[in-house]
Amino acid sequence: MLTQVVMPQMGESVAEGTVTKWYKRVGDRVERDEPLFEISTDKVDAEIPSPAAGVLTKILVGENQTVEVNTVVAEIETEGSGAAAPGPEPAAAVAPAADTVSPPESPGSPAAARATEPASPPAPPPTPAPSRREVRSSPLVRRLAKEHNIDLALVPGTGLGGRVSKKDVLAYLAHSPGTSAPPPASAPLAAPSIPFSGPTQVVPMTPMRRQIAERMLLSRRTSAHVSTVFEVEMTRVSEVRAQQAAEFERRHALKLTYTPFFVRAAVEALKQFPILNSSVDGTNIVYKRAIHIGIAVALESGLIVPVIKGADEKNFLGIARAIHDLAERARTKRLGVEDVQDGTFTITNPGIFGSLFGTPIINQPQVAIMGVGAIEKRAVVRHDAIAIRPMVYLSLSFDHRVIDGAVADQFLARVKSVLENWEEAVL
Amino acid sequence: MAVLTHLEAIRQGIWEEMERDPSVFLLGEDIGAYGGAFKVTEGMLEKFGGDRVIDTPISESAIVGAATGAALMGMRPVVEMQFMDFIACGFDQIVNMAAKIHYRWGAAVPLVIRGPSGAGVHGGPFHSQSNEMWFVHTPGLKVVVPATPYDAKGLIKAAIRDDNPVIFYEHKFLYRRIKDEVPDGDYVVPIGKARVARAGTDISVITYGAMVWTALEAASQLEPEGISIEVVDLRSLLPYDEEAVLASVRRCNKVILLHEDTRIGGFAGELAATISEKAFQDLDGPILRVTAPDTPVPFSPPLEKYFLPNAQKVAEAARRLAAY
Repeated sequence: MLTQVVMPQMGESVAEGTVTKWYKRVGDRVERDEPLFEISTDKVDAEIPSPAAGVLTKILVGENQTVEVNTVVAEIETEGSGAAAPGPEPAAAVAPAADTVSPPESPGSPAAARATEPASPPAPPPTPAPSRREVRSSPLVRRLAKEHNIDLALVPGTGLGGRVSKKDVLAYLAHSPGTSAPPPASAPLAAPSIPFSGPTQVVPMTPMRRQIAERMLLSRRTSAHVSTVFEVEMTRVSEVRAQQAAEFERRHALKLTYTPFFVRAAVEALKQFPILNSSVDGTNIVYKRAIHIGIAVALESGLIVPVIKGADEKNFLGIARAIHDLAERARTKRLGVEDVQDGTFTITNPGIFGSLFGTPIINQPQVAIMGVGAIEKRAVVRHDAIAIRPMVYLSLSFDHRVIDGAVADQFLARVKSVLENWEEAVL
Repeated sequence: MAVLTHLEAIRQGIWEEMERDPSVFLLGEDIGAYGGAFKVTEGMLEKFGGDRVIDTPISESAIVGAATGAALMGMRPVVEMQFMDFIACGFDQIVNMAAKIHYRWGAAVPLVIRGPSGAGVHGGPFHSQSNEMWFVHTPGLKVVVPATPYDAKGLIKAAIRDDNPVIFYEHKFLYRRIKDEVPDGDYVVPIGKARVARAGTDISVITYGAMVWTALEAASQLEPEGISIEVVDLRSLLPYDEEAVLASVRRCNKVILLHEDTRIGGFAGELAATISEKAFQDLDGPILRVTAPDTPVPFSPPLEKYFLPNAQKVAEAARRLAAY
């Protein structure tokens, strides 16, 4: 049987890793958990243990090559490959749901019978070896996990530094009674707890998806979310853009988009209302002296929030360039750990997809996030007449623990004022 | 039932044993006419006479040697150390003679050496030590450390009836500060059995002697914070109730080991090793120790206060462990 070795996710925001050294050569025998290769990310260098025992048959990613998380980097031929019975991998048994991605085929069905079918079903995507994300726990927790057949990576840890404690395991067990008994080896695996009788496909979440899921719930639990919405007239910004776009692109080889206008306006407002640039530490409010603006970028596989560092010290061009650079690297997965850290305020842009406005979830440990809706021409009343103006809804979700509605609205009013009376030179 | 202080409970236990068994007699410095430095033996000379309540010269080696000889001859001597610090002068007689006789010849040495130990009364470095570990590390002895008046009476009676040499630690801070209902008449608390002084679910504090009260105080402080502390009172250290220790660890999964004795070589180290050998898979966090630091007991009251474990130090450790 072939086991695929993948690039592990080393840290929540790391999308890629570089293989720096192979400890084994093709043809070498390797034991389970024996160091197989070494990787390097911006934060850490780590030895990666082998997920299985066997013979290293293929190295797909050479030394000093950088690949995305979950890319297959090698293949190991494991013991017992002579036995043809397609059983679940031993490692996969801890995550019962993973087995259900296999196509519905009975072990006994002869290959010939399938060959007569006009179109064979597409091969399922290879099941990546479960990520070996290190979970900090305790001897007791590991014993409980074994007894109850739980993947500890799925248990949210509330202990010191995210450590999974007894309390966390008991809470997890209380909420997922289905996991308490290991499934019988040969029985078909039913959908965990959703009583749906029709056909389903169960796909395990990617590490990034899991991370987003945990982060979103954590934020909802942490902050007292409130959202407020302002409508902003974009006539002035549209004019500036129309007049200067060509020259801007000629001088700087950059497209003049709307985003730097919103970032600049937010920075101005943040300077005036620093509470929106803070975070909560116990009963203290921590005001950050720098303004680092995170820009949410949608990826095919999820979402990433690269950060414009020192946005308060950049002029319009500097911000435009930083946005372009970060967005480009986000889409090509070349962001480093430091590119996604230390944000103090986030701007998200649901308007790209046509949304009028969103009520975004705060990016912890920040206390506010601004959403930019679609810019479109609307009929508005000006001087008691109906006028056609480019308009946008700006929404702000804020943490009511430290920000009251009045302050949040004054903040958005300031953003609105900067945009509607745009004065800054963009070239 | 009468309400007795820790000291009165010990006196009553010895008194009853002397009435019950004529082979029981007392040896010590100033225990007769003066009634003992802390008055544990007050009234005994008048009641039992000079043959059974013997004032000795200031020579712990001679006292223990004489008592060991008497024990070999079938008597049941109860020796008082004026302060347990002074037991060092009788050390050879205890560890090389009394402790090894049964092993070498099969003879019984029904000897009790008792006295006040511990700090908290500004006694300074020669009158405040908790030196129980010298004897816990000596096979052939038993070491008993009661925390309550009930246990003090029941355990001194058990010690006097025991055929082995027993070192009996009385915490001087508890002597007149702790009062409790103690049954009149005869009962025995077996040596080697711990008790759960307070049941809890989150963290087990395993301790003995005066620190049992410290642990209980910390437990009350932590209760409103939602941290449930179990307090295990070992009652004796040699032999100690390993089963009770492990059972408590298995209930709570987090452990604090507490003693007034200094840290290195203290009983907590022994317990920690045993817990990790036998209950490793029941641990949900590191085994923490709360002990005195590795210095002599300071004379200066503020330094002594700093030196001693207290409820606040236990509570801080418990909060850290609860959050782990």
